Amino acid sequence: MNVVLAKTETEHARSDILAVARDRLPGTGKVADLRRQALEAHERLGLPHRRVEDWKYTDLRVLMREVLPLAAAPDAEALKRAAAALKLHAIAGVRLIVLVDGVFAPRLSETSDLGKDVSIHTLREALEAGDAALQAQLFSPDNSDTMVALNSAMMTDGVVIEVADSAVIPLPLHIVHIASGAAPAAMFTRSLIRVGKHASATLVESYIGAEGAKAYQVHDSLVVAIGDGARLDHVRLIEDSREAFNISSAVVTLGAHAHFNTFGMNTGSLVSRYQAVIAVAGEGSRVETNGVNLLNGRQHADTTLFLDHAVPNCSSREIFRAVVDDRGHSVFQGRIIVRPKAQKTDAKMMTRALLLSDEAEADNKPELEIFADDVTCGHGATTGALDDSLLFYLRARGLSEKEAQALLIQAFVGEAIEQIANDALRELAIAAAQRWLAARG
Amino acid sequence: MAAVQETVDRVRRIDVDQYRYGFETLIESDKAPKGLSEDTVRFISAKKNEPAWMLEWRLEAYRRWLTMTEPNWARVDYPKIDYQDLYYYSAPKPKKTIGSLDEIDPDILETYKKLGIPLREVEVLEGVVRPEGERRIAVDAVFDSVSVATTFQKELKQAGVIFMPISEAIREHPELVRKYLGTVVPTSDNYFATLNSAVFSDGSFVYVPPGVRCPMELSTYFRINERNTGQFERTLIIADKGAYVSYLEGCTAPQRDENQLHAAVVELVTHVDAEIKYSTVQNWYPGNSEGKGGIYNFVTKRGDCRGNNSKISWTQVETGSAITWKYPSCILRGDNSRGEFYSIAISNGHQQVDSGTKMIHLGKNTTSRIISKGIAAGVSQNTYRGLVTAHRKATGARNFTACDSLLIGDKCGAHTVPYIEAKNSSALFEHEATTSKISEDVLFYCVQRGLSQEEAVGLVVNGFVKDVLQQLPMEFAVEAQKLISISLEGSVG
Repeated sequence: MNVVLAKTETEHARSDILAVARDRLPGTGKVADLRRQALEAHERLGLPHRRVEDWKYTDLRVLMREVLPLAAAPDAEALKRAAAALKLHAIAGVRLIVLVDGVFAPRLSETSDLGKDVSIHTLREALEAGDAALQAQLFSPDNSDTMVALNSAMMTDGVVIEVADSAVIPLPLHIVHIASGAAPAAMFTRSLIRVGKHASATLVESYIGAEGAKAYQVHDSLVVAIGDGARLDHVRLIEDSREAFNISSAVVTLGAHAHFNTFGMNTGSLVSRYQAVIAVAGEGSRVETNGVNLLNGRQHADTTLFLDHAVPNCSSREIFRAVVDDRGHSVFQGRIIVRPKAQKTDAKMMTRALLLSDEAEADNKPELEIFADDVTCGHGATTGALDDSLLFYLRARGLSEKEAQALLIQAFVGEAIEQIANDALRELAIAAAQRWLAARG
Repeated sequence: MAAVQETVDRVRRIDVDQYRYGFETLIESDKAPKGLSEDTVRFISAKKNEPAWMLEWRLEAYRRWLTMTEPNWARVDYPKIDYQDLYYYSAPKPKKTIGSLDEIDPDILETYKKLGIPLREVEVLEGVVRPEGERRIAVDAVFDSVSVATTFQKELKQAGVIFMPISEAIREHPELVRKYLGTVVPTSDNYFATLNSAVFSDGSFVYVPPGVRCPMELSTYFRINERNTGQFERTLIIADKGAYVSYLEGCTAPQRDENQLHAAVVELVTHVDAEIKYSTVQNWYPGNSEGKGGIYNFVTKRGDCRGNNSKISWTQVETGSAITWKYPSCILRGDNSRGEFYSIAISNGHQQVDSGTKMIHLGKNTTSRIISKGIAAGVSQNTYRGLVTAHRKATGARNFTACDSLLIGDKCGAHTVPYIEAKNSSALFEHEATTSKISEDVLFYCVQRGLSQEEAVGLVVNGFVKDVLQQLPMEFAVEAQKLISISLEGSVG
């Protein structure tokens, strides 16, 4: 009965949201059509629930119950609060691109003097200008997932980044999503990055909340196209408010001999879901997807990866670590599909969960779907507590219980963190993990 | 890429048509009219002289079934089954009361002879080294839906073991059947189990009293023999405190054009310190080389380790059926109880296998082990789907899972879909899965030493599945090994 009730409530809320938001959504004509289709898809499916296989462990009808109304465009006060939050989470040596309450904030961003290798526009501009090919690409995420469809219907802003062929961008591009905190509201953003042939770039995404921002909702998506011979390093850091919701998705395509290295770390938000579809469409490409969930309290974090090998001679590695304390709930779903033509695929996936409390929960679903015979594919999954003998060894050498645990946990998540190629970003992730451990007390 | 081309050619030549056990016995049979209604259920119940409570139980299941929808989550694809176009009951007409095996319809005996099944007491498998005290097998042969012969009854009776067709048990031991039937797989469990509860025709019932170690391996051979007959077996095995029983089940079916539905339910219950070992060799008709025909096998098998220190072990060799939908499971309720699942699933031609297990850890210090070996050849799809879950109170739960897949040819698919859910920190779960093909180097090595390509593949495959074969009772291990090489004939890559 509950489920039905929840559905009607959200149904009600949804039409309200759209009525209010309609005149703030950029794009007309074709774009408006695509929005309508997406909205119809979302309305048909409603919020995902446990009977939808991909959302089995993250029932948004229970966890989120409803989609909040679209956040107002940030005023001067909001920008001020955002600037304060930005200072607290500043990363040295990056180029800032800031979105406040789902709207690009040029004053907080460093997008002038870009040079000829990179161009950055807002999503609003891209949807309002008439580049049909770009618009089609922006709408490439599939409406079959109801939350992706909602995002397509409601996306208000974001950034479109284009890296020229053969360009090497030394400074990481850092997209910061800030919730300024006024009223509980939802932000809908979509960004796109195209990495030209033989180019290389680093993209960092952070999600933070300004002081006082609590139960807001982030609905974000990212479209990535990596050209032949190009490389993209990607780091996601979710440090949202402990009452916030973060529902994000990514669609990544790789050309031939391309390289995609992605790492996600989740220490914030109450409920988060990140689903990435990575399609290896060119031969000789490499994908490394790694992630860490550090959860406590009643946090729920779901990482769902879908790796699609469609061509021969590609390799992929996935390393995922979850550390779950208190009543936290970590979910990892990893699907590797090797299509009939993708001979000589080398795909490996390893997911491990560490449970620190008897009320913590970790669910793993590592799937393999193999249609080609000349492949090496494997996955492993383990779940357990800290090894008592290792703890004893460290205690015997004078460490306190907490110190010993911290050291072992750090080593445990280190296996995923050390896959980050950029030194500064790796240090950053290590520091974030240490902060989390220190906060455990 | 010459090797690949060769594989393609060979796959094309698969001789699944030449199904070794494809023949039909012509015996008059006593059928219920086609289709399913309350009347069909009443007819079956009346045929079996069942008490009123049993009829009520069936009708309740039937009414429940009407409200359910067929599950579609498995990775199997088949034309819609018309449940009104099937016969739900057929039994060989009793010619006279059976006093001994000699009086059995010679046609039936001949059928078993062709299958190589040792029905008579003296026919203990040849060529098998007999352990001390001579191992014997009791066969409760199910021919179509009615058990036609039961051997070794006397000796079993002496030990206090009840081993009889479930229809007889309903009449003779209603208190036992009522106490246990439907307690592991409730009538409302799933679409196929509910259907089975409404229309099950027969099956085996085993009760091993406290402290008794069943003096022999029990085995039942199932065989589908009537055109358009849905086969709905119901098996119930109870091992009381400290009891032990090993049960063997093997199946073959004659060749047909139309698909046949099989929806069996097996329930196992172990009390304190008891153990049940359940082994299956399934070799039903898989359909012809175009994927036409073949058995649809939708089975619900579940064991309940009710008592502390009890154990249930499933071993299966699945080589037949067009569609296999089967997840033998263990509910580890008692403290220190143990569940095991050893599986070899071979798919060739157009076969589709979606099989695996569920290990549900509820009690303290419960352990489970899953070893699954999937081999896909031809244009078949082979899926392992498994669940391992530890609940809040299942402290000290342990699981080890290894599922390996072997692909022979590039037109088939092997899939692994494990669900691993841990809800307390002392649970320790380990899971690993690999997918690969037979190494060219290994094949070359074998061929160079004088083995034919097929022998080499047979050798490698038998090595691949060795861990599971070792779990089978001796008599089955021999049969299973033979089956594996027959199943893969013509699919060498």
